Amino acid sequence: MGSLLDSVIDAPEIREYDVEAVNRKETRPPLYVPRKKIHPRRTHGFFRTFKWWVMAVTLGIYYVTPWLRWDRGPGAPDQAVLVDIPGRRFYFFFIEIWPQEFYYIAGLLIMAGLGLFLVTSVVGRAWCGYACPQTVWTDLFIWVERLVEGDRGARIRLDKEPMSAAKATKRLTKYVIWLIIAMGTGGAWVFYFADAPTLLVDLFTGQAATVAYATVGVLTFTTFTLGGFMREQVCTYMCPWPRIQAAMMDEESLTVTYRTDRGEPRKPFEKNADWDKRGDCIDCKACVVVCPMGIDIRDGQQLECITCALCIDACDDVMGKIGRPRGLIDYDSIANDERRREGKETKLRLFRPRTLFYFALWALIGLGMVYVLLTRSDLDINVIHDRNPLYTTLSDGSIRNGYTFKILNKAREQRTLTLHASGLPGIKLKVVGSEDMGDSPDPYFTVKPDRLQSFRLLVTVPPGILKGDAADLRFVLKEINTGQTASYNSLFRGPQ
Amino acid sequence: MSDHRHVDEFTGVETTGHEWDGIRELDNPLPRWWQWVFWACVVWSVGYWVVYPAWPLVSSHTKGMIGYSSRAEVAQEIKTATAGMAGQLERIRKAPLEQIRTDTGLREFALAGGRSAFNVNCSQCHGSGAQGFKGFPNLNDDEWIWGGTIDAIFRTITHGIRNTEDENAHQSEMPAFGRDGILTKAQVSDVAEYVLSLSGQAADATAAARGKPLFTDNCAACHGDNGQGSTEFGAPALNNNIWLYGGDKQSIVETVTNSRRGVMPAWGRHLDEATVKQLAIYVHSLGGGK
Repeated sequence: MGSLLDSVIDAPEIREYDVEAVNRKETRPPLYVPRKKIHPRRTHGFFRTFKWWVMAVTLGIYYVTPWLRWDRGPGAPDQAVLVDIPGRRFYFFFIEIWPQEFYYIAGLLIMAGLGLFLVTSVVGRAWCGYACPQTVWTDLFIWVERLVEGDRGARIRLDKEPMSAAKATKRLTKYVIWLIIAMGTGGAWVFYFADAPTLLVDLFTGQAATVAYATVGVLTFTTFTLGGFMREQVCTYMCPWPRIQAAMMDEESLTVTYRTDRGEPRKPFEKNADWDKRGDCIDCKACVVVCPMGIDIRDGQQLECITCALCIDACDDVMGKIGRPRGLIDYDSIANDERRREGKETKLRLFRPRTLFYFALWALIGLGMVYVLLTRSDLDINVIHDRNPLYTTLSDGSIRNGYTFKILNKAREQRTLTLHASGLPGIKLKVVGSEDMGDSPDPYFTVKPDRLQSFRLLVTVPPGILKGDAADLRFVLKEINTGQTASYNSLFRGPQ
Repeated sequence: MSDHRHVDEFTGVETTGHEWDGIRELDNPLPRWWQWVFWACVVWSVGYWVVYPAWPLVSSHTKGMIGYSSRAEVAQEIKTATAGMAGQLERIRKAPLEQIRTDTGLREFALAGGRSAFNVNCSQCHGSGAQGFKGFPNLNDDEWIWGGTIDAIFRTITHGIRNTEDENAHQSEMPAFGRDGILTKAQVSDVAEYVLSLSGQAADATAAARGKPLFTDNCAACHGDNGQGSTEFGAPALNNNIWLYGGDKQSIVETVTNSRRGVMPAWGRHLDEATVKQLAIYVHSLGGGK
């Protein structure tokens, strides 16, 4: 038992930890070995504080967003962010997206991807270390675990103990708190898909849709197992990103790096040591013991490292205590390692062709999205030419084509519109089912608010006008009051 | 498969013995969770055979425990769907056609129902887009042999044309002028020239002039003095661009010689009233309805 306990060495407050990295370089295990349980010790320091803040902000955004209200007028939902699947609308503050505008979502996903490339090329797997939901919830779960069962040493002891009332109580308390967090996670997710206050009441009174309960159930289960039990296994084995990330990085990318030139040869701490004759690393393994991935960063950059920098905090703490400069483990680049070895000055090269290229692409798509969003019309028209028959000859020799045209009125008020077709002389339009319009050259009609309405349109051209078997036809939809227009280019077909 | 054992030197694991370009597959056991899932699926499938119809027998099949059959399920779904439409169908059955056409909700229901009924019953002759074929009228255009009002269309669909199953079917008969010797070959040719001129096509003027009195004597009674046609006799207009059997000289000669008499079944005897009404609304909406 003693060998498992953190042993105290002679310097005050400097402890040497009995811990071994899960993938130690010297005895690197084959792939897919049974999991070794990791008991990360807590840390303090800049990066730990930063991680807490990121957790607070990201969880805050996740839990609070569905409860923000946004007044869209009568008849429209007042939830700021709402994915209305039955109504086929996506509301995001002042933006209302229709299903056919899904390219906005595609654009956001592309931006997210390029953003990830950019961040990775600058600071390695920083997304994984700070903002990835898996990291955030795992961190939260470890925090709960520490709160209930104590820090590393206490947890290891508890694991070894035979089952007792005290142990059962601790375990149960931990699981219940995890379960509450997990349910809160699943619960918060469904609020994005329905009016949050109504759904909350419905969920508790048993009136919510089955799919809502199922979603809460599935997300509760996955949060509980992934955050509570699988943890780093998800990052190492399930997530594709560590396998791809290397392609985004180069020798100037910042990653959590152990300075071999400064640390080696490592030796246990001695009071009044001659630091000129040895490295700064006292092999206390503080960096290993705090790592949520259970690795030893001194073995070099490895796939498992999520760049969370907790080892930097732990090492800096030790360096402070033994009176050596901080930064034995630090965010650094391979190129700097090279420069140091050549006796050159280290430097931070953030602006490189790679990062600039990623940023330019990211910004280009972002600007494109902003442009499309600003110039987006709340009136649109789609025209589908009848295929069967392509055209009909009338008794007087006129040629007639049928079209299905759809008017998208994205505004929240009813609109009166006229439709004009141009491209051939003598065009007559007729909307099927609207006798009162007759054969007026420009039929007008009303479209209900926030609706897509479909009409069948017959376009007739007098005999002898159409040369060849097809001609371009342009439909222009115009709002009578505001003069706003939307247009569509189509074809008019006739006999060959 | 080679039969000597080969152990991978890095992992100490035996390989399967297969080799591809120097790459060997380790003979690791399957993950335990995977095996559990596999055995769970096996057990599940056995339960499935017992509960649901599964095994074919000589002249039948196992029936399962809960009396399930997919055929009965489909029948039940159709029944439910029909029951769901019963209200609308009843409204259509009761409402006059003109009212159905002007009531937006009812019209859209009738158009959808009419389209599917058309595809099942009518498209074989009239085409899936109702574009017609030689001898089968195009229903998109504006010429109606037996009338293009919605009521006339309804009547035509209900009773049909020149069939023997319905005494109210449209009846009329065009004589076979050539075959029966009413007109000589030359006379038929002259009449055809005149008909060509009626529809504004190029025609031999002298022959057409000879054909005109023949037309007045033999054809005008049904097709009208100017070939404008008559929906009363189901006589198509001859002075326009729409030709049911072709508008060239040869086709016209053939028509006059042998006569034409298209037949259509009485759909009122095969379909219920609401369906026929929906069909009438749909056909009328295609663009030619008067």
